[in-house]
Amino acid sequence: MTNHWVDIRNADVVLVMGGNAAEAHPVGFKWAIEAKKQNKAQLVVVDPRFTRSAAVADFYAPIRTGTDIAFLGGVINYLLSKDQIHHEYVKAYTDFSFLVSPDYDFADGLFSGYNAEKRSYDKSSWSYVRGEDGYVKTDPTLQDPRCVYQLLKQHYSRYTPEMVERICGTPQDAFLKVCAIMASTAGPERSMTILYALGWTQHSQGSQIIRTGAMVQLLLGNIGVAGGGVNALRGHSNIQGLTDLGLMSNLLPGYLTLPGEKETDYAEYIAKRAPKPMRPNQMSYWQNYEKFHVSLMKAWFGEAATKENNWAYDYLPKLDKAHDGLMVFDDMYQGKVNGYFCQGFNPLASFPNKGKLGAALAKLKYLVVMDPLATETSEFWRNFGEHNDVDPAKIGTTVFRLPTTCFAEEDGSLVNSSRWLQWHWQGAEPPGEAKTDAAIMAGLLLRLRAMYKEKGGAFPDAILNLSWPYRDPHEPAPDEVAKEFNGRALVDLYDPKDPTKLLRKAGEQLDGFAQLRDDGSTSCGCWIFSGSWTQAGNNMARRDPSDPWGNGQTNNWAWAWPANRRILYNRASADPSGKPFNAKRKQVWWNGSAWVGSDVPDFKVDSNPADGMGPFIMNPEGVARFFAIDKMAEGPFPEHYEPFETPIGVNPMNGNPQAVSNPAARVFKGDMEVFGTAKDFPYAATTYRLTEHFHYWTKHVRINAVLQPEQFVEIGEELAREKGIASGDKVKVRSNRGYIKAVAVVTKRIKALNVNGQKVHHVGIPIHWGFTGVARIGFLSNTLTPFVGDANSQTPEFKSFLVNIEKL
Amino acid sequence: MALQSLDIKQRSATTTPSTQVRQTTEVAKLIDVSTCIGCKACQSACMEWNDLRPEVGSCSGVHDNPTDLGPEAWTVMRFSEVELDGRLEWLIRKDGCMHCSDPGCLKACPAPGAIIQYSNGIVDFHQENCIGCGYCVTGCPFNIPRLSAKDSKAYKCSLCSDRVAVNQAPACAKVCPTGAIQFGAKEDMKDYAEQRIADLRERGFAKAGLYDPPGVGGTHVMYVLQHADQPGLYHGLAEDPSISPLVSLWKGVAKPLATAVLAAVSLGSLFHYVTKGPNEVAKDIEDEIEREERAAREREEKEGAK
Repeated sequence: MTNHWVDIRNADVVLVMGGNAAEAHPVGFKWAIEAKKQNKAQLVVVDPRFTRSAAVADFYAPIRTGTDIAFLGGVINYLLSKDQIHHEYVKAYTDFSFLVSPDYDFADGLFSGYNAEKRSYDKSSWSYVRGEDGYVKTDPTLQDPRCVYQLLKQHYSRYTPEMVERICGTPQDAFLKVCAIMASTAGPERSMTILYALGWTQHSQGSQIIRTGAMVQLLLGNIGVAGGGVNALRGHSNIQGLTDLGLMSNLLPGYLTLPGEKETDYAEYIAKRAPKPMRPNQMSYWQNYEKFHVSLMKAWFGEAATKENNWAYDYLPKLDKAHDGLMVFDDMYQGKVNGYFCQGFNPLASFPNKGKLGAALAKLKYLVVMDPLATETSEFWRNFGEHNDVDPAKIGTTVFRLPTTCFAEEDGSLVNSSRWLQWHWQGAEPPGEAKTDAAIMAGLLLRLRAMYKEKGGAFPDAILNLSWPYRDPHEPAPDEVAKEFNGRALVDLYDPKDPTKLLRKAGEQLDGFAQLRDDGSTSCGCWIFSGSWTQAGNNMARRDPSDPWGNGQTNNWAWAWPANRRILYNRASADPSGKPFNAKRKQVWWNGSAWVGSDVPDFKVDSNPADGMGPFIMNPEGVARFFAIDKMAEGPFPEHYEPFETPIGVNPMNGNPQAVSNPAARVFKGDMEVFGTAKDFPYAATTYRLTEHFHYWTKHVRINAVLQPEQFVEIGEELAREKGIASGDKVKVRSNRGYIKAVAVVTKRIKALNVNGQKVHHVGIPIHWGFTGVARIGFLSNTLTPFVGDANSQTPEFKSFLVNIEKL
Repeated sequence: MALQSLDIKQRSATTTPSTQVRQTTEVAKLIDVSTCIGCKACQSACMEWNDLRPEVGSCSGVHDNPTDLGPEAWTVMRFSEVELDGRLEWLIRKDGCMHCSDPGCLKACPAPGAIIQYSNGIVDFHQENCIGCGYCVTGCPFNIPRLSAKDSKAYKCSLCSDRVAVNQAPACAKVCPTGAIQFGAKEDMKDYAEQRIADLRERGFAKAGLYDPPGVGGTHVMYVLQHADQPGLYHGLAEDPSISPLVSLWKGVAKPLATAVLAAVSLGSLFHYVTKGPNEVAKDIEDEIEREERAAREREEKEGAK
């Protein structure tokens, strides 16, 4: 979240789109209800289904799954053509005036530089025009046809209300009503928050959907302000922590990135990640990259990381290619993977195309499952009738199950959607032989290290030199690891501005990432967590609910990264002169000599507004980007593409067969062939979660199983009539990859939509059932879903695919 | 269950006078249907607190689960899809005992002390005294109590009388994430309901209102409804769960069916007659007759509808 949970109550408009907050986040949804109760907020829901969120909304608009960019593109067109935007904000705080390269072009659904064979772009034309001084050229009058504002207007002028209706199936009057409600927040006195979740991410163009939402918020001046923001509601209590700590194949902790295999030169690796400002007087905060990186390497490798060996740069693996989950499972399917560790993860249920996943696991020599539960993945080799129809005699994979503790059985911190690190304490003893994940990983490390020591190996350095300074090497304790993330001084640290002033003595915990150095004098396991456990103690354990500003910020409750900042980009809540846009909801302001406020300023605290530093300090431009330059795989402006399995078979935005679906999305050999077409699978399907369950865990719990005992699918009354299906009937739902059987819930809450001159029905498919647990045995719903992901993040397209349905 | 720290106002089939000395506050649970998201946290908390574990059921084609109230399911969410003026609404009502001020179950119960009403308004079943006759089921205008096949005793929501006795909110109110379930003094709940109703009216629900049906003397579980003029929209919530005593007395006595039923159900009221005089008894009996009669009528209607 750019903002935080409690802040939702400050909103005047709450847009729930690409998510179903009431269903999936019932506790946090309290704040949407509070916004309605206390702030007279309007709650708007846009979704293919009339959801639990819609049940308490002021307005609901239907949309065909996978067409959110068309809808939001239509909103951008509405706001620009009616000129209902926050003028001062967009002019000063975005790239509106930036001039774009004359080589940039968009035609027939494709941006300039497309290579059809590689399904990717040469992005060199997606760039700015630079002046002789090296800075980006701008046109403050916004008249130049090549400025971002004009290109934006031109690009989205095609997204008319008629086109929105044709693509999304949203009736024009409903669409325009949503636009009008959103536009009501264009002035500084009102704000809108957007709450989204997997309904925006799990598409082949998910990242661009989110970008489009962010662009709408920028036009309305709703980023950086209380009650505003683009707010990702994370689905797991610590999935924010997972990304923060870099548990992605291409990331290091704190959103630092792993080098590619061509990046053999350390200085070049750093330079590429520490861009110089693109405009005068801008901060370009990532120029500090090396301080964060060196401190990380000191935390990992201690004395072994020296200036001479480029801070152990060669110990880092260099990426030969992407190794995201889909790629790993495709490699496994090709027989290229011997062993796989599943830590708190149930991939047989959580990646797409269960048939392919099971076949891939069967090609492993060994599979290690670390989990508190007997997951489907750990039982993949066992025959459960048609729910998992495999022949154990033909599967040679050795499966090791290592029972782990769950969160309630250990101390630690969880990072919630608000970016708060909240410490929690052990509430129960672990059962049986369960061990903490830390103990298991430590055991592996110590044995591997002993083997490397004894027998040598191709490159033992990284394992042998890993710093392992814990009280009990067999089980690093949560407090030790947390302190390591915060970072400490390795020598006496003096203030660079005043060499007589001692900041921290050697060995002391650091106060924050501003103290990190690139000379090896500090260590820090995750720079954005620096400040969470200082010399003063564990800030994550703070539980002070006081709210002196009355804005719900409670700055002394737990600790938020970065720097305990509660609303990101909060400098943008004040006008260019440093005065809050909205006096009623002040975040930060310039007091004549410094930036102060109710929140920790997301800015250089002594930067006089007269110097013109922009509020988006992480961008070298200093402003927010409508034009994404080279940052996105499929183009600098979000463009509507159909899901890979499209019920209409064409992209109404263009006539180009190459640009029906995301032209830059990666599709593996063999997977394109098993995409279904509307001829055989005429219905748009979407998967989702139910409030009664959490993923595939709670089907192991009696009470949750009682509340939602049996697998079902939802269809509208019209489709039910056509198919002769009554509520409660058993049905079979098929995609080109397999089938599931479930009970039919026939509902008024899913209506047929008129799309591109044809009628499109949705089939709603809740996940949660499987072949382990105490709920009724069911089918893993990913039996149906296609093996393709977002072009940028590779998040699977679980939300939009094609099925057929029949009564059993 | 028996609980000594709350004063008892009335007991079924009992002549012992009720306590008079202590002043207790009348409590109520307010369920704001307009902010309920149907998450079933209340059902979960009810099962946890009251140690109830129904069997894992099945999906019957709706989101409701368990599909009905039961001896092990004291509250269930009722989901109703209604279309009003072309606008779809998904009305989600938490169903369970209404804790009537004038409880039909208690009046109908022939087992001494099996049903009691505390001075704070909570109506509670003391299963140790229950004889399993099922009269409470018939006497309830909301179709709430359920007989258990395991022990032939009747069960329903206790409004967590054990929690309330020690100044805790009922488990459902405690866990409700959106604040749709509030608990407190009945007067405070009515004040809060006023605010919610004003907000709903501003949002276009002209007929928003409080459900606190006078026919049963008001209830200690109240609803804020978007369409208070049509409670039936909410999964058949009783439109008017009572009939004027005067009318029913005469109408009831005039009908032979009612007279026949009188003999059957009035045993439990005999003690009332003896100790409190004919007026009281007449009212009690007349209520019972009326309920019996209406239940019979409803059964007939149902049969007819099939």
